[in-house]
Amino acid sequence: MAAVQDGQMELDAEKETKPEILSDGTSNLSGNTASGTLSSSPLTAAPAGGAPKMEDQQTLIAVLQFLKRNKLTDSVEILRREAGLGEDQEDSQATDGSGGGKGDVDGGDANSLLSRVSITSAAAPQSVIIFHSIIFFYSYRFGKVGGADDQPDVSVVLSAYSQQGDPSLYQVYYSGLKNFIESVLDCHRAELSQLFYPLFVHMYLELVYNNHENEAKAFFEKFSGDQECYYQDDLRVLCGLTKKEHLKGNEVLLDFRTSRFVLRISRDSYQLLKRHLQERHNNQIWNIIQEHLYIDIFDGMPRSKSQIDSMSGSLAGEGKREVNKAKVFHGLLKEPEIEVPLDDEDDEAENEEGKPKKKKTKKDSLGSKSKKQDPNAPQQNRIPLPELKDSDKLDKIMYMKESTKRIRLGPENLPSICFYTFLNAYQGLTAVDFTDDSSLLAGGFADSTVRVWSVTPKKLRKVKSAADLNMIDKESDDVLERIMDEKTASESKILYGHSGPVYGVSFSPDRNYLLSSSEDGTVRLWSLLTFTCLVGYKGHNYPVWDTQFSPFGYYFVSGGHDRVARLWATDHYQPLRIFAGHLADVTCTRFHPNSNYVATGSTDRTIRLWDVLNGNCVRIFTGHKGPIHSLAFSPNGKFLASGSTDGRVLLWDIGHGLMIGELKGHTDTIYSLKFSRDGEILASGSMDNTVRLWNSMKAFDEVETDDFTATTGHIHLPDNSQELLLGTYHSKSTPVTHLHFTRRNLLLAAGAYNSQ
Amino acid sequence: IEERRFAEVPRESIKLMAESTGVELSEEVAALLAEDVCYRLREATQNSSQFMRHAKRRKLSVEDFNRALRWSNTETVCGYGAQDALPFRPLKEGELFFVEDREINLVELALATNIPKGCAETMVRVHVSYLDGKGNLEPQGTVPTAVQSLSEDLLKYYQQITRAILGEDPHLMKVALIDLQSNSKIAALLPYFVYVISGVKSVSHDLDQLNRLLHMVKSLVQNPYLYLGSYVRSLVSSVMYCILEPLAASINPLNDHWTLRDYAALLLSHIFWTHGDLVSGLYHQILLSLQKVLSDPVRPLCSHYGAVVGLHALGWKAVERVLYPHLPAYWANLQAVLDDYSVSNAQVKADGHKVYGAILVAVERLLKMKALSLTLAAEGSSAGLPGTTTGAVGFRENSPGLSPPPEPLSEPPLGIASHLQAGGAGCQWEEWTPVSLPAMYCELYSFFGDSLAVRFSTDPPLGGAPPPGPCQPLEGRKEPASSAPNLENTRKMPQLTASMNISPRQDGSPRMEPQPPSLAATVPGRSLSRSSSSSSVSRSRSSSSRPGRSTSQSRDIFPKSRFPLPQAGPPAFSFIIGGRQMGRRCLGRRFQTSFTPTPPLTTLPPRAYAHKLPVIGRVSKPVRRWTCSHYSLHLPL
Repeated sequence: MAAVQDGQMELDAEKETKPEILSDGTSNLSGNTASGTLSSSPLTAAPAGGAPKMEDQQTLIAVLQFLKRNKLTDSVEILRREAGLGEDQEDSQATDGSGGGKGDVDGGDANSLLSRVSITSAAAPQSVIIFHSIIFFYSYRFGKVGGADDQPDVSVVLSAYSQQGDPSLYQVYYSGLKNFIESVLDCHRAELSQLFYPLFVHMYLELVYNNHENEAKAFFEKFSGDQECYYQDDLRVLCGLTKKEHLKGNEVLLDFRTSRFVLRISRDSYQLLKRHLQERHNNQIWNIIQEHLYIDIFDGMPRSKSQIDSMSGSLAGEGKREVNKAKVFHGLLKEPEIEVPLDDEDDEAENEEGKPKKKKTKKDSLGSKSKKQDPNAPQQNRIPLPELKDSDKLDKIMYMKESTKRIRLGPENLPSICFYTFLNAYQGLTAVDFTDDSSLLAGGFADSTVRVWSVTPKKLRKVKSAADLNMIDKESDDVLERIMDEKTASESKILYGHSGPVYGVSFSPDRNYLLSSSEDGTVRLWSLLTFTCLVGYKGHNYPVWDTQFSPFGYYFVSGGHDRVARLWATDHYQPLRIFAGHLADVTCTRFHPNSNYVATGSTDRTIRLWDVLNGNCVRIFTGHKGPIHSLAFSPNGKFLASGSTDGRVLLWDIGHGLMIGELKGHTDTIYSLKFSRDGEILASGSMDNTVRLWNSMKAFDEVETDDFTATTGHIHLPDNSQELLLGTYHSKSTPVTHLHFTRRNLLLAAGAYNSQ
Repeated sequence: IEERRFAEVPRESIKLMAESTGVELSEEVAALLAEDVCYRLREATQNSSQFMRHAKRRKLSVEDFNRALRWSNTETVCGYGAQDALPFRPLKEGELFFVEDREINLVELALATNIPKGCAETMVRVHVSYLDGKGNLEPQGTVPTAVQSLSEDLLKYYQQITRAILGEDPHLMKVALIDLQSNSKIAALLPYFVYVISGVKSVSHDLDQLNRLLHMVKSLVQNPYLYLGSYVRSLVSSVMYCILEPLAASINPLNDHWTLRDYAALLLSHIFWTHGDLVSGLYHQILLSLQKVLSDPVRPLCSHYGAVVGLHALGWKAVERVLYPHLPAYWANLQAVLDDYSVSNAQVKADGHKVYGAILVAVERLLKMKALSLTLAAEGSSAGLPGTTTGAVGFRENSPGLSPPPEPLSEPPLGIASHLQAGGAGCQWEEWTPVSLPAMYCELYSFFGDSLAVRFSTDPPLGGAPPPGPCQPLEGRKEPASSAPNLENTRKMPQLTASMNISPRQDGSPRMEPQPPSLAATVPGRSLSRSSSSSSVSRSRSSSSRPGRSTSQSRDIFPKSRFPLPQAGPPAFSFIIGGRQMGRRCLGRRFQTSFTPTPPLTTLPPRAYAHKLPVIGRVSKPVRRWTCSHYSLHLPL
């Protein structure tokens, strides 16, 4: 199933490598012509001009060598021409490529590399393998920031385990280190214990790679019990693997080989370790540390066991501190100023929702609160956003009116909960979404269908056929009402089109479109006026686990089994951005409220935050011990909540890049998280058939973010889950699939009744 | 021993499978293949779990596994998607195990008439699960009632029961009530029934319906499987409505709303003594509202009657606390009513008599209970306690029905003082101080005169003092012969008899209404707890005590009445009960009932005017009846 399997690559080729940028190839379906959309292909995202840096050249040469070896001469030619590399240059570089090539590669460069290679592959459709190799190569490079020697040659990367010592001594090495670590002072022991797991895995894989099956088994038997319990899932995969052939195509192991496990260790502890290894001449372990681990050394107090435990657990160790240093504009965008009719028109506005009005009477300009620009907010036009249509403005007015009637929630004032139970969902409910105004409900089902229900008495109607539309008077005031076909009115509509379970659904903010992502590898855009499919976005080619519309519409993000998240615009059939870096499936994707960032959760147990503008990864959050299945931004954009299969909710401060809270209580996977409209309450819904409410305000307030914790990122979490838990609400054998706060702060929950 | 973490395919199986397709495998190849197959299986299983997780299921399905296979370019395994488990069977000869794979006749299947289950349309149903974050406050159930949906059967049950109870057929009603009282599966319907009962306010014109609803309350309260929880409050308020409100039905004097009030009061005390602990502060809320009604002169007399009866039902302590201090003020109003002999006032006056009687019964028991508590305190608990227990047991055995449990001598432990301090103005019992028994008697005697005194002299033959327990052992010990029980009894209360100077024959007609034959449990409110307890006790020894009573020899110990024997012409009847009216009048309360037997009277149901003091024909009732009642004020006519 790995994304590098050759057989599948042929398929990828067809989609990945469309050379032209058909920016307006699709029909202009959304109707809103954005003042300027993001550049329409990944290529232009990176700076194109300028001579490629040394590192880039090395990478390119490595790619060229790879191509040559695979007899892809055409591609070699094109790539060479594109990159402006001479034959001699390549040769000369190639010779010292293995020895030299020291130096850092930062994310930005790697990204430009990515786009560069896309160009080449674009020109040669049959050479797509590169593309995926490059992705992994990229992540490999990306993970490697330290001063260790780089091996630019792809083949070297893929056979990183070729060097070997005496297989029988591995156990001696490992237990020697174990004895050492157990004998050091307590404060260092916790830190150095982090080494156990990556070392164990790498030594085991080395043994397996070099066909020492029995030694590998013995090694595993002896030391697997020492590993932290939260690595059990990985160990289970590992222990089944005893042959070199198995390594090929196993995702988890590929991750181990292509990325470096990141450890944070204080300088003192590191010195201690280094001295020990040098004294013992324990080269085997030292080599592994050099080759496969990245030790992020910091000055200061060694961390305690609980501090380490709270941050570890991901597939590739912790995030490096540098990664979370980038500035994130987490503030909200300024609300557009909209003329709001005064209260005396309230009733009419409510009755005739959806109809443009031309009241010229007294108007009250609102938005006084949003007049001040948030210092943390991005520039208004940092990302080109679609202009507001009349109907959008009307909706905004509705929103304002509703929010004046919003209930102020708090620990003493908990929300009422309405449960939408899906009955007779024998086919399996897999995804649910509500519109922002809570008028429509969509469900994705395992039988490939998407069903849309109207939650209000207003029924769902299709637009009349083209012939009938010609008949109506286009000048009339109620033309929007006249175009609807009354005969098609029904409470629910079924959308057929996918050929696999639908894992994600998302309404557009203007309620005209619906997105669905499916196991069949596509994301589909449906019209809620005609209830037909408009576009199928192909690109993932593997199951697409989640998709979501931007809060301003037009853009959407999707993430899937191919380990990347993609940013799309509805009128482009190709992705605008590819967010690559996760080491395993991207399981959930969420837009930041200001639409400038995208958060992705993954099976590799990390959360990444991506900048939509340049595709950079600006935050890596580690600490979950299981795949992440739900994410939620706080309404003010400052915080992120994440829920995983381990039943814990973690809270993150986006600005500082810190974990600021851990909410324990659920006993099963958390599939839905939602902040109340004011952000006071966090609701979490889980497979354990409960909805829990948490005092998020208190959780955010209690965190002391002094300079020290901010710089080191070593937060000491108070264990106050019980104080923060405001309530546990049971459903009747109904897993909570989705949560939604209405504009007045009523909590809606949805799930399918499970009769077993 | 190495732990086996995975299912393994043995090489023998591999060889067998190879042979079945005509390939000969060497041992070595088979071993390698077996190992690889195991690994691939594990890999596919691990991958398939991802599909399960994303489908938000806990159970790995065949479909998940096939998806994993498909995505790793492996042919999927078909034919295992059925919901039912496939039977795995052994073959006896030759150790062979296989999955049963029967052939299915597709034609038959296609033409089958039975529609497979589970093809109902997918739909969404919404319900408010938790209001304001609350909803599962009820501690006993994991599933809150709000989430429970009524099953078809329950709904049917509910409809049938309500129809039967509120319907015409009395037999059906009885059956329904009995079932409601014993059904263990109707917890989910409780809110609905409570809602129905709260409909008393809308049927206040219909005594019959009110009665039926009260019976419904009784059944619910008695159902041992129901946890009433906070619904007690709602039930109590419905019952209180029946007790206190000037019901629309009471406008018509022909309607016997008095019995309803009595019954409701009885019910109230029952709810309170059995379920009062479910709602904190209930006792005081009830007392407060009763007091409020009593002190409101604007309210009609029937409301006052309800308040008195309600207080009486709540126990003698409640009477002492609320009614007794309030009596002087109330007496003035009542007297004004009773003294007005005008024709227009006849009806009101009749009501006044009703209230008068209720108060009399209440204070009578107050005095008796108080005396008893004093005796108990004086004689020590050694003698009293066993009696209490036997009394309680007797109660349980004999009257499982409506009668409240034996009334404890103490008040409910609800922190009365603190609650009342906070109760605000208007609470007379805020500054309440215990009044000594003699003082209380004197005070009461000033109101009631001999009509009070006489009750103490004539009661004993019926089983003695109202409290069933404590006084019996005393009696039993002191008077083995039942011929002169009164003597002993009066000696126990020397304060009462010392100043008494009455003729028992004056007051003495049975004041009680006949008990409604259909509702056995409907005992007149004034009898309340005492009726059942005393009857249960007295029945056991009635045979011996009856002859003694009928001869009324006990009266000989009392001085002769100050009043002459009234000329007891049946239609007109008047007498006076002496009393010192606090200096206002020394003649005492003059009861005058001078009504000629008018034709309409006889056509009325006998109890409609039964409260109008002495109805002569009553003596024709079987003596047995009298025995059962503690209203022993019979006329020896």
